[in-house]
This record gives sequence, C-alpha cells and structure tokens, in this order.
Amino acid sequence: MSDPVLELRHIHKAFGGVTAIEDFSLTLRRGEVVALVGDNGAGKSTLIKIISGVHPPTSGEIRLDGQPVSFADASVARERGIEVVYQDLALADQQPVYMNLFLGREPVKGLLRLLDRARMVAETEALVKALDVRIPSARATIRDLSGGQRQGVAIARATHWAKKLILLDEPTAALGVAETARVEAIIQGLKARDMAVLIISHSLDQVFRLSDRICVLRRGVQIGVRETARTGKNEIVSMITGLAEAGASEAGAAG
Amino acid sequence: MFARSPSRSDLQGLIVYAGFVLIFLFFAVTLADKGFLTSRNLSNIVLQTAPATVMAVSLVFVLSAGEIDLSFGAIVALAALVAAMVLRDQPLILGVAAGIGTGVLAGAVNGALVAYALLPSFLVTLATMGLFAGLARQISDLQSIPVTNAAFTGFFGSGDLFGIPSLILWTAGVVGIGHLLLRQTRFGAHVLATGDNARAALVSGIRVARVRLAVLVLSGACAGLAGLLYAGRLQAARYTLGEADLMTVIAAVIVGGTALNGGKGTILGALIGSLMMGMLNNGLILMGLSVSWQMMIKGLIVLAAVAISLREPQR
Repeated sequence: MSDPVLELRHIHKAFGGVTAIEDFSLTLRRGEVVALVGDNGAGKSTLIKIISGVHPPTSGEIRLDGQPVSFADASVARERGIEVVYQDLALADQQPVYMNLFLGREPVKGLLRLLDRARMVAETEALVKALDVRIPSARATIRDLSGGQRQGVAIARATHWAKKLILLDEPTAALGVAETARVEAIIQGLKARDMAVLIISHSLDQVFRLSDRICVLRRGVQIGVRETARTGKNEIVSMITGLAEAGASEAGAAG
Repeated sequence: MFARSPSRSDLQGLIVYAGFVLIFLFFAVTLADKGFLTSRNLSNIVLQTAPATVMAVSLVFVLSAGEIDLSFGAIVALAALVAAMVLRDQPLILGVAAGIGTGVLAGAVNGALVAYALLPSFLVTLATMGLFAGLARQISDLQSIPVTNAAFTGFFGSGDLFGIPSLILWTAGVVGIGHLLLRQTRFGAHVLATGDNARAALVSGIRVARVRLAVLVLSGACAGLAGLLYAGRLQAARYTLGEADLMTVIAAVIVGGTALNGGKGTILGALIGSLMMGMLNNGLILMGLSVSWQMMIKGLIVLAAVAISLREPQR
C-alpha cells in the first residue's frame, strides 16, 4: 500500500460553543477515492474547509506526506498541492475556459510580464483532452458551456494544480444523468493519475460506483469507515441515519 | 483556429462602432454646411474629449472590477484647483505632482473604504463626491484660479510634439497603457475575475481587496490627470470642472461595451464611446440646440446605453 498523503488525527472543530466536528480521524492514500457521506449538517463541508485551510481545526493534527501542517489560509493549502472543487464551482462566468484554469496563477512572459495566453490555451487544450472533458474550445466562455462542461472545467483546474489531493464537494449535484456519467468518468481518471480524492456525495449509487472506502459522519461524529467492496447500501444507510445500532428511543432524534 | 459563431456579447461589442458611424453620418449630412466635417472641427472634438477619455479608461477598470466611482468628476475639479494653486509660485513638476497626488489620495480614500471597510462603492463614492465637491468650492472660494505657467499649459493643453497636439498624445498614451494593462497583464485578469465572481477570485488566491483598492486609486489618479488636462487647455481651474462629465463618461463606457455589473470591460470600446459622446456634444451645439435640449438628449442616450448593457443575461 502506498504512503499516506493526508492524515487527519483526532480533528475537533467548534464554532463558538457549538461542536461541528468531534474526534475525526482519516487517512488518504495516492490513487484512492474516499467518499464522505452523511445527512445535511453532518459536518461534511466543514471537514472539507478544515482540510483546505479555510477553517483551522480547534484541536487535532493534520499531516501531509507525514509532516504535521497548519494552513494559515486556503492559499497555503493550495501551495501544498491540495485543490478543492466547490459545489458552486467558483468559476468566472464571463471569462474564457483557459483563464479560469489559470485563475490567480496566470503565466507571464517577457520583461513586461505580459500574459502568456498561447501557453495557457495550449496547456488547457492538452489537459481537457487528457481528461476527456468535452468542451468546444479552450477559448469558449464559461457562460456558453453546459453544467457538465463547467464541472469538467472545475475538475480539470483542480487536476492541473493538485499535486496530492483533490476535494470534491457534491460534484454532480446539479447535473443530469448523462453529464453525471461524464463527470464520474473524469473522476475515475484521477485515480489513474495517482491522486488522492475525497468526494462528498448525496448519491449512494455514485459513492458505490466511485469510491474505495466510505466514511460516514453523523452530526459531527465519525460513525465509521468501510471498504466499499465489503459493505452494502443497507449498512451505510443505517450508519447515516443511526437506525441500526441505536435503540428505538434514539431513533427519533437521529437525522 | 477555433471558429465559432459570434455570441451575443460579440455582437454587442459592435453596437458602439455602428452607433459611432451612424451618428457621424447623420451629422455629416445634416451639418455639412455648418462645418461639422472640417478637419478643424473634427480635431477639436478629439481635443475636447481628451479629459473624458482619460476618465473613461479608468472607469472601465472600476466597472470591470464590479465597483463604481461617482466621485471622479469632483476629483477632477479638486485636483485641477490644487495644481493651479501650487503652480502660482512653484515649478511645473510640483504642480503636476500636487494634481496627480490629490487624485491618488482621493482615490485611496474611496478605495480603503470599499476594500477594507467593506462599504459599497456606490454609497462611498456618492458621499465622497459631495465631500470632494465641497472641498473644491471651499479651497477656491468659488473663484477661478488662473494658470499662467506656460510650460504647464503647453504640456497639458495647447502644446504639441512633432506637430501632434499634446492632448492627443495624452489620450493615446492613456488608452494604450490602459488597454495593455486590462488585456495583457495579470492585474487586468484579476480585475475582470474580481468583478465577474469575487468568491471565485478569492478562492483562487486573487487578493480581491487589493484589486478593489487599486482600481479606485487608478480612478482617482486618472481624474487627477483629467483635471490637469482641463487646467492646461483652459489655462484656469474652477470648481465646476468635471461636473458634467460624470454622466457623459459613464455613458461612454457603457455604450462602449463594458458591463455595468463587472467582469467585462473594453478600453477601445470606451475610447469610441467617448469620441461618440464628444461628437454628439459637438453636433448638438452646431445644430443650435439649447443647453437644456443637449442635456435631455444626452440623458436619453445614457438610458439607451444602460438598457443595452442590462440586456446581458444576469448572473
């Protein structure tokens, strides 16, 4: 088994007096897709924000390639090779695809440090081809693309910059069936690129199609981690809802 | 290489050129006997629009970043007056520094309040417009201040270099640099991204606050330069300078194809828009229309411009 890329050890996060994440531990390895599942408000997005440096954990340790790290903000996590694909994509709609791919990291050339558009276009073309993201052109405006194509661009951007880890927050929530299949194929491709992937999804079908392991959260508490090949939907559902191991008295409160 | 059918925004970019040609042809025919087409009149149009074009260039940056500056007209007067007062007994260079410095300082006040106090630029610059306009009246005591420094009036007004009027050189320089800055630099890309989707810009590591500060400082600096151009050409500064430019310049920029809600801007469009507004001004005067009619017609043009701009699909 490959070395761990990311290790979360006893992560705890509180906002004010309210506990959002309680004692969360997880290890991610290269070439592995781990799914994070749980009901609304279980703390999935908070965890993504902790890993990507948006919120520092209240206590606990984050290790990257075995080294303890603390991210001052999101740009530090990005420099260390962690990329996030946000639910709302975070694309600049009126700019071309290639500018979005290089947003905030535009290459320049010459003494005047002018934008190297030719290089951006060429690298974008190569990347969307490699990932099989089907867009009309690297020069197309984001606004003119379909939802699936936009998602493809967002994932392509993350893939281009991520050195170690990609976090996907509901990557297909807004997509139709065919577009979801395309995006899932792109995510499968990330595995082959030896990237660690953490994906949040509400679709258990998708989770079972894509992931190697499934981590279940309920109200900020880590319920357990299962290998996808050795579990079933019934077990995961009962872990999410808390109906299996809980008695009838607690069942009403779960959710 | 990548052929694609022209999108709506491409077609929209052509509107300003079509409008420019149509208005030009209209005046060329109707005002043929009143001297519209004389080279003297046409070059006058370009010379008179120089300050407005300079302001239009910086306004493209402000709007592209998703902000607005309503105070630039007031900064024009303030900067011109400060420069004129310094030029009474100081050399050219100090007068220029005082004028531009006033613009930068005023822009920095706007920028700091917007970028760091997180106040909306519409309200901030609405308030500072009053502040700067009042200040201009206060320091000049409502009087004109003559500018007699010949070097200054040559450099910013009546002078020329190799036969090219200095006002045209200033216009070309500011337009050229502005175009390069917006289209070919990281700064320009960050301005557009900030106005397009500030959150996307932020999570991409773009320093959004710094971009907002920069565009408003740029706006102040260009207003300062516009003030110097007015003072140079008129050989005097007065608190009314720039007063009428707010609407004209906003109209020029919007007609030119810059989006009112950020993310899209064009310097060359703003130049054409500004020349178009200047041509309109000139034509309406030659037609013998009263000032009140001129104002009303220009108001209607602004309305049409805004209507075209807002037909863009909203985010």
